[in-house]
Amino acid sequence: MSRRVLIAGASMGGLRAAERLRAAGFAGEIVAVGDEAHLPYNRPPLSKEALASEVTHEAVAFRLRPAVADVTWRLGVPIAAADLRAGTVHLADGAELACDGLVVATGMRPRRLPVPGPRAGRHVVRTLEDARDLRAELRPEVRLLVVGAGFIGCEVAATARALGASVTVVAPEAVPMRRPLGDHLGAALRRRHEAHGVVFLLGRTVAAFLGDGRVTGAELSDGTRLDADVVVEAVGSAANTAWLDGNGLDLSDGTLCDNAMRVEGRPGVVAVGDVARFPNPRYDDVARRVEHWSIPTDTARRAAATLLADLGLAEPDPAPFAPLPTFWSDQYDLRVQSFGVPALGGDDIRVLEGDLDGEVAVGYHRDGELVGVVLIGLAPAVARYRAMLMRTSTAA
Amino acid sequence: MKVIVDMEICKDHGQCVFSAPEVFHLNENDRLVYVAEPGESLRDAVEEAADVCPLQAITVEG
Repeated sequence: MSRRVLIAGASMGGLRAAERLRAAGFAGEIVAVGDEAHLPYNRPPLSKEALASEVTHEAVAFRLRPAVADVTWRLGVPIAAADLRAGTVHLADGAELACDGLVVATGMRPRRLPVPGPRAGRHVVRTLEDARDLRAELRPEVRLLVVGAGFIGCEVAATARALGASVTVVAPEAVPMRRPLGDHLGAALRRRHEAHGVVFLLGRTVAAFLGDGRVTGAELSDGTRLDADVVVEAVGSAANTAWLDGNGLDLSDGTLCDNAMRVEGRPGVVAVGDVARFPNPRYDDVARRVEHWSIPTDTARRAAATLLADLGLAEPDPAPFAPLPTFWSDQYDLRVQSFGVPALGGDDIRVLEGDLDGEVAVGYHRDGELVGVVLIGLAPAVARYRAMLMRTSTAA
Repeated sequence: MKVIVDMEICKDHGQCVFSAPEVFHLNENDRLVYVAEPGESLRDAVEEAADVCPLQAITVEG
């Protein structure tokens, strides 16, 4: 009997899941449903090189391997609801799809600032259209206000400076990128940004946007008023799981998965990518969501194996799933690369080599053990530190 | 199997090196160099390398 797997989400995680299902020998029907109108594309460039040039789908589209040529893509239609017990998914256009297996790959959406003021002129950067709309406004001399000093906010700030905009970053934390990188490296990166002309107004938030019909500025929590022609809100993201409501799942922060990427012990239901909260035995047994570049690919491989075992089409894989999270960030000519989970080692941060204002490797330790490394430049050292982190494991 | 890296797009992240060290490596100038026609036994590793490329600069043909 032919089986159907439905993949909820048509971005990187959904694509990788389809590829891994085929690679693992699944010959049944695969239907992928996505709320965006596009075939899967690569999001990280949207705040970097793609934003600096003309933003087109062609420039960022993922290649589709021949093995996934027969996947049915239902694009531009959100999923409204799912009944996991019945094995049915309801689309916003009224269609109902039955499936034998379900892959949750609906990802994240940007949070918006819940403050008063006009909406026009305020942007987020998640989708191709978001980046295109922002790009159209990033002319030289434009005054850009970036709200949020995480990676996306800082990448947008760097890209906008390169395009000739004047850039101010407002964020509640005292140091940019503090949560993932810690105080010292965050402060060092702030100095690099300032050397490129970015102004930081930290330790405060936006109280209101100013303007009549379109944003012309912002009033901050300390009463400061500043002018702005364009605003980017880079204040984090929230998991897209509302469509799973009513199934008795813990959806407090994405979908709670076991180490095989199965959602709360439900046979035939797995999750991949940044929506999935799962334990990584390399570090501990705490389930976490990981919004890193490498995670959709790694989780898709494991989730596909689990799904095929649940469908009786393969033997279960008993090996623990312990991926090494990695991501990178390009800001100006700086290459920031992260391996492991630096945030777990935030209380014990050491410069391993180099210096903070040049090329550097910073180590993050928990109970004396190296759990993450962030490098700026230092390309020849990357493989060495990555190998060290591959040996990190609570199982060892 | 033929490997093509668009060197206009490649930014020498080196992620491919971890997936397929037999095919990709960074030279002494930290620039990517690679084997253009690796053996079929390396297909899984090469496809993994293409998947993990941050710039999606790697194409596998044949």
